[in-house]
Amino acid sequence: MRKKLLAAPYTVWSVAFILIPLAMVFYYGLTDETGAFTLENIAAIATAEHSKALWLSLLLSLISTIICFFLAYPLAMILCRMQVNQHKFIVFIFILPMWMNFLLRTLAWQTLLEKSGVINNILSFFHLPTQNLINTPGAIVLGMVYNFLPFMILPIYNSLTKIDPNVINAAHDLGANNFQTLLKIIFPLSLPGVVSGITMVFVPSLTTFAISTMLGGSKILLIGNVIEQEFTQASNWHLGSGLSIVLMIFIILNMVLNTAFDKEGEGNVI
Amino acid sequence: MSTKLIDLQHITKSYDSNVILDDMNLYIRENEFLTLLGPSGCGKTTTLRIIGGFEKPDSGVVLFDGKDITNLPPNKRQLNTVFQKYALFTHMTIAENIAFGLKIKGKSKSYIQDKIKYALKLVNLDGFENRMPDSLSGGQQQRIAIARAIVNEPKVLLLDEPLGALDLKLRQDMQYELIRLKNELGITFIYVTHDQEEALTMSDTIVVMNQGYIQQIGTPEKIYNEPENAFVADFIGDSNIIDGIMVQDELVEILGAKFACVDKGFGSNKPVDVVIRPEDVDLVKPEEGTIQGVVTHIIFKGVHYEMEVSANGYDWLVQSTDMFPVGTKVGIKIDPFDIQIMNKPESEDEEAIAIDA
Repeated sequence: MRKKLLAAPYTVWSVAFILIPLAMVFYYGLTDETGAFTLENIAAIATAEHSKALWLSLLLSLISTIICFFLAYPLAMILCRMQVNQHKFIVFIFILPMWMNFLLRTLAWQTLLEKSGVINNILSFFHLPTQNLINTPGAIVLGMVYNFLPFMILPIYNSLTKIDPNVINAAHDLGANNFQTLLKIIFPLSLPGVVSGITMVFVPSLTTFAISTMLGGSKILLIGNVIEQEFTQASNWHLGSGLSIVLMIFIILNMVLNTAFDKEGEGNVI
Repeated sequence: MSTKLIDLQHITKSYDSNVILDDMNLYIRENEFLTLLGPSGCGKTTTLRIIGGFEKPDSGVVLFDGKDITNLPPNKRQLNTVFQKYALFTHMTIAENIAFGLKIKGKSKSYIQDKIKYALKLVNLDGFENRMPDSLSGGQQQRIAIARAIVNEPKVLLLDEPLGALDLKLRQDMQYELIRLKNELGITFIYVTHDQEEALTMSDTIVVMNQGYIQQIGTPEKIYNEPENAFVADFIGDSNIIDGIMVQDELVEILGAKFACVDKGFGSNKPVDVVIRPEDVDLVKPEEGTIQGVVTHIIFKGVHYEMEVSANGYDWLVQSTDMFPVGTKVGIKIDPFDIQIMNKPESEDEEAIAIDA
């Protein structure tokens, strides 16, 4: 009884802020203005404008995730090999930007990349041609990588530190060179960290609208922007919810993948 | 005796300002079961890691079959290691674990299959091919680790406290199994342990180490019966280490009484350390003993009783199958060949070693 009482705040919280909103999204997504059941809002993803935004979102998130992975993995390995004092400091440096507001950080990139921004000023100072940096897919990817990179580094770093150094020694001992050891021992053993890193970068990248608004202008619409506009500008909650449900399907797919790999990492699949 | 297979010459190794090994010289013969024995921090594991190639000595050379392998990485050495906590690849099946080294070497599938079967049979774990390491007990995992190492047909097998994590019964079983494996395979074993009983049971040669120095090298019998200094005597089994004076050849004075012994050449009236094993102290009727004392403690140990006898100001540790209740007046008698005489440490270094022990 006591335990149930203690759990009450969390129950209220989950019902009020998770279950009810979710139920409302499904209600709006599956009905039209009159309240009648319809799949139109979900089918709306097939229209040229929406599917283009969805594919672009998937593509840019995928690219950001891949870039994050290739930046984070070597870094996590270097961190792992450092002495305790040193690696704590470096991890701290990577977490430090997260103490600043996410929007503020993205805004800073805007100032850097603008037509008359810092980077172009430096270029013109050296009489080099100015570049069109902002409002490009590249700028959005940069924003995603910059903001979400720590979420890739930390889980990989965590899973790497869990590997017994003697397991790596054993691989060398059995004749494997550094590359073979990385490929056959270190990477497979760090897979749970890699998969959760991928989820933690891919999911927020896929759903973001702030980064694409600030660094992509209004020229490049991601699925996040489309949904946001349906709610704020078009006031079409039904369509917005419908598209959200579609997006959720992709996120759930990613989660399923994550659990499957995590189980394997724990050695439960025999 | 056969040739030197591994030869360590003037090996020195330190971490920061800690000297782990200081000018160490040691050779290992082919087909030998050699044990590096010592307390933690004595440099035994570092020695093994230098032989395995996981550490580089600050100075000195490692010769393998006459060739300098000091700077050769571990994957190029003709030896394999069994690690303390098994270090199995948890993401692979048992068969994949055992096949790892063979696959790297590019052996054929049928050869690998045969080898897996052979190795599992050798360690008494037939049919475990498709199990995962996590589903095995500690002893089974250790046997897989050994199987994984020996399928590569190394010339030398390095074992770093491989039985440390197992319980007593299992440890004893594994000791016999290791001896059997060594005899069947005919390869050289270099074994690291801090357990003196393990060392005495399995080894051809024991190297007793302390604080980066080799204290004594010898057969188990020699190490046990004729320790060269107080550290070895104290570390290998229980012993009574008493200050004595060598009166003349074959006569030593301890605690005010003269005992006949078999040692010669120490000079006359020279201070020495006298080592007497507890099982070598004979308790007799007071009038028959060289010195007399009183039993102060007694513990039943299964095979024997362990007693403390206070005599001439020293508490003697005595092991006997006969029981003498606390308070009994007894005589102490020692056969001459059971008295081991050792020189007192001369240098301060040796002194430090003796005191630390």
